[in-house]
Amino acid sequence: MKNKFSSLLKEWYEGNLSFDDRMNSEPEKVTTIKEESEKKEIRIVKDVENAEQKLTSKGYKFFSVIFCVILAVVLIGTVNFMPLFADNNTPTTNEVYEHYVGEGRDQTGAVNTVAGMILDYRAFDTLGESFVLFTATCAVLLLLEQSKNKPIKKRETFTFSNDPIVCTVVKILTPIIIVFGIYVLFNGHLSPGGGFSGGSVLGAGFILFAMAYGEDNAAKIIKPSIIRVITICSLSFYCLAKSYSFFTGNEFNGIHSIITPGTPGNIVSGGLILPLNIAVGFVVCCTMYSFYMIFKRGRLD
Amino acid sequence: MDFIMNLPFVTIVLSLFSAVICFAMKDKKARFVSYFLLITSGIMSALVLLYNLNSETGYFVYRMGHYDAPIGNEISAGLLEPAFLLLFEVVMFLSLAGGSQHIMQDVKAEKHKYFCIMVNLTHAALAALCYTNDIFTGYVFIEICTIASCSLLMLTKRTRALVAATRYMIFSLIGSSLVLVGIILLYSITGHLLFPQLFSTIQGLWTTGEYTFPLTIALGLIVSGLAIKSGMFPFHFWMPDTYGTATPAASGILSGVISKAYIFLLLKIIFRVIGYEVFLDSKIQYVLFIFGICGMIVGSVSAIKTNNIRFMIAYSSAAQIGYIYMGLGLGTKGAIIAALFQVVAHSLTKPMLFLSASGLSDTVGGRHDFASIRSSAHNNKIAAISYSAGALSMVGIPIFAGFIPKLLFSTSAFGHGIQTYLMLIALAISTILNVLYFLRTLINIYSPAKVELERKTITFKNSVAFSVIVLIMSAVNIAVGLHSQPIISVFEKGLELFINIR
Repeated sequence: MKNKFSSLLKEWYEGNLSFDDRMNSEPEKVTTIKEESEKKEIRIVKDVENAEQKLTSKGYKFFSVIFCVILAVVLIGTVNFMPLFADNNTPTTNEVYEHYVGEGRDQTGAVNTVAGMILDYRAFDTLGESFVLFTATCAVLLLLEQSKNKPIKKRETFTFSNDPIVCTVVKILTPIIIVFGIYVLFNGHLSPGGGFSGGSVLGAGFILFAMAYGEDNAAKIIKPSIIRVITICSLSFYCLAKSYSFFTGNEFNGIHSIITPGTPGNIVSGGLILPLNIAVGFVVCCTMYSFYMIFKRGRLD
Repeated sequence: MDFIMNLPFVTIVLSLFSAVICFAMKDKKARFVSYFLLITSGIMSALVLLYNLNSETGYFVYRMGHYDAPIGNEISAGLLEPAFLLLFEVVMFLSLAGGSQHIMQDVKAEKHKYFCIMVNLTHAALAALCYTNDIFTGYVFIEICTIASCSLLMLTKRTRALVAATRYMIFSLIGSSLVLVGIILLYSITGHLLFPQLFSTIQGLWTTGEYTFPLTIALGLIVSGLAIKSGMFPFHFWMPDTYGTATPAASGILSGVISKAYIFLLLKIIFRVIGYEVFLDSKIQYVLFIFGICGMIVGSVSAIKTNNIRFMIAYSSAAQIGYIYMGLGLGTKGAIIAALFQVVAHSLTKPMLFLSASGLSDTVGGRHDFASIRSSAHNNKIAAISYSAGALSMVGIPIFAGFIPKLLFSTSAFGHGIQTYLMLIALAISTILNVLYFLRTLINIYSPAKVELERKTITFKNSVAFSVIVLIMSAVNIAVGLHSQPIISVFEKGLELFINIR
C-alpha cells in the first residue's frame, strides 16, 4: 500500500500521471521540431478538454439552464417592484432631470436637450463611447484584416453592379442619403439627431454605394488612408477639445473657457457641441463603413 | 501644487490619445509610445498618491466639465485609487517589457501595432475604472476593457487562442450585461448615476424599506457581474484556456491587472455606492464568502490534476481570487485589507510566474507539460530562480509578498463564529494544496533529466529584457514581502476614506 502510494506520487510529480485515458500509456517521444509543435497543439486541446469537460460536461448544461431560468424569473419578478414607467412621481424625475430640461438650453446653447446632455453635461461618457467604437474597429481590423502581400480571396458573392435598376436607384439615393446624414450631423444641437445617428446615416449611404457598385470600385474611391486619417483626426480633436473643456472647468487652474453657448437656435451655437457632433459622426461613419468592407472583403483597400 | 489634481484626468485622456496616435504609427514607434505612456502615467499616479498622502483631506474630486456633481461627470482620487493604478501600471510595464521577446514570436509581425494600441486602451480603461466617481462611466470603460482584453488574447497566432478568446468574451459579456442591467435598475429606483448621490439615496431607501427587493437584485447583479468578469469560483472556467494559450505578456496583464481592476471597481462600488452598512446588511457578503472558499479549494484541486504548467498557474489564479472574495465576504476591515494585500501580492506574482514558466518551456521548444519541462531549470537558470520566487510567494513562505495576506487573513478570521472555523480550515487546506502543486513543479524542474526521455537540446537565448525584468519582479516581490507595513497603513487610511468621505 505504502509503496503503491509513493510510486503514484512519484508518477504525479514527474507529470506522467494524468487524469484521462493516457493514464497507463507511455509518454510520447517526439524528435523533430515540426512534429513537436503539431503534437503540442493536440496536447493543449486534449489537456483543456480533459481538465474542464471531466469536471463540467455533465453538470455544465444542467447548471447553465438552472442559472438562466433563475435569472429570468428573478428579473421578471423584479419588474413588479419597479416604479411605474412614465409616471410623474418616479425617482428619475428629480433635480437632475429638472436641471437638464429647465436650464439645459441656456447653459449649453443646444435646443436639442439630448445633445446638450451627452456632449456637454456628460461629455466624458460620450468620449468613452466613441473610444468603444474605436476599440471595436481596431479589434475587427486585427482579427480580420488580411496582410497586404496576399491576394484578395475572391468569394462567390452576388453583386448588383450589372443590374440597371439597382444601380440607377442607388445613383439617385446615395447623394440624398449623404446630404441627409450631413444635415442630421450639423443640426444635432437644433433638432433630433446628432453624431451617432447622423454618422450611421452617412455610413449607411456609403455602404449602399459599395453594395451596388461593388466593393472594388468603392475601395478605389474611398481610400483606406482617408478613413484612417478621418478617424485619427476626429478622435484626436475630440480628446483635445474635451481636455480643454475639462481643464478650464475647474477653477483652481485659473483659466476660463473662451467657448460660449451662443444664441440657442443658431446653426453656429452650442459651443463645442457642433464640432464634437461632427467628430463623433465621422467616427461612427468610418467605423460602420470599415466594418462592412472588412467583413465583406477582408481589407479596406 | 493644485496642478496635481489635473493628473488623473490627464492620465485617462493621454492614454486614449496615445492609442489614437499609435493607430497612425509603425510598430517600433508604437511600442515606444506604449512604454512612454506607462512610465509617465506611473509617475503621475505616484505624484497623485504623494499629494493625497500629504494633503489634509487625502481626497479630491475633479469635475469633468463645467457642471457640479449630480449634473455633470466627475472623477475622484483618494489614496487607494492612485495606489492601485500605480500597481497596475508597474505590473503592466514589467509584463510588457519582460514578454516582448515572446510577443515577437507569438504575434504576427504586422499586428504588433495593435498590441500596443490595445495596451494603451486597456490602460485608459484601468485608469478610468480606478478614478471614476460615476457608475455609468465605470460601465463605459468596462466595455473598453472587455474588448481590449479580448483583443490582447486574439493577437496570439494560435487557433486555440482564438477559441479561448471567444470563451473569455462570452463570460466577460455575460458579466458586463449583468452589470448594465444592475445599473439600469439602480438608476430607475434612485434617479442618480454619481457615487455620492447614489450612496445617500440608497441609504435613504434602505432605511425606509422602499424598493428593497429591486435594490437587492440590482446590487446582486452588479456584484455578480463584476465577480464573473474577475473569475470568481463557479465562473472561472475561462481561466486556464485564456491564460494558458495567450502570449505570456497578455496572460500576465490579464491575470495580474485586468481581473484585479474589476475587483477594485467592485470594492469601490461596495463602499462608495452601496455603503458598508447596507452591504453587510444585504447578506450578499455570505455568497461571496462561500464562493470564495469553494474557489480556493476547487482551483487548487484542478491545479493539482492538470499536467500543463501554464494551466496549473492559471488554476492557481482561480484559487488566489478565491482568497480575495473570501476576504471581501468576511466583511471586516481587517479582512478587506488582507484582500487588498492579496490583490497586490497576486498581481505582482502571477505575471512573473507566467513569464518565467514560458522562459522554462523555451528550453524544450515551447512545450508546457511537466514531463517535458523536467530539469529545464538547469538550462535556464534565471527563469528558474524567478519561478521559484513566484512559487514560494504563492505558497506563502515568509519574506515573500504572498505570506502577508495569509497572515492578515488568519489574524482577521477570529471572532466570527462559524465563519472563523470555515476560514481557518479553508486557509489550511488551500495552503497544503498550494504547497503540493507548486513544490511539485519546483522539484520537477530541478530534478535531473531522465535518460530515456532525452531530446535534442533546443538552442535558445534569454533576451536581456526578459532576464532583467524577471529578476526585478522577484526583487519587488521580496521587497513588498519585507516592507509590508507602509503599504498596509496606506490601505488602512484609504479604506477609512472610502468609508467616511461622501
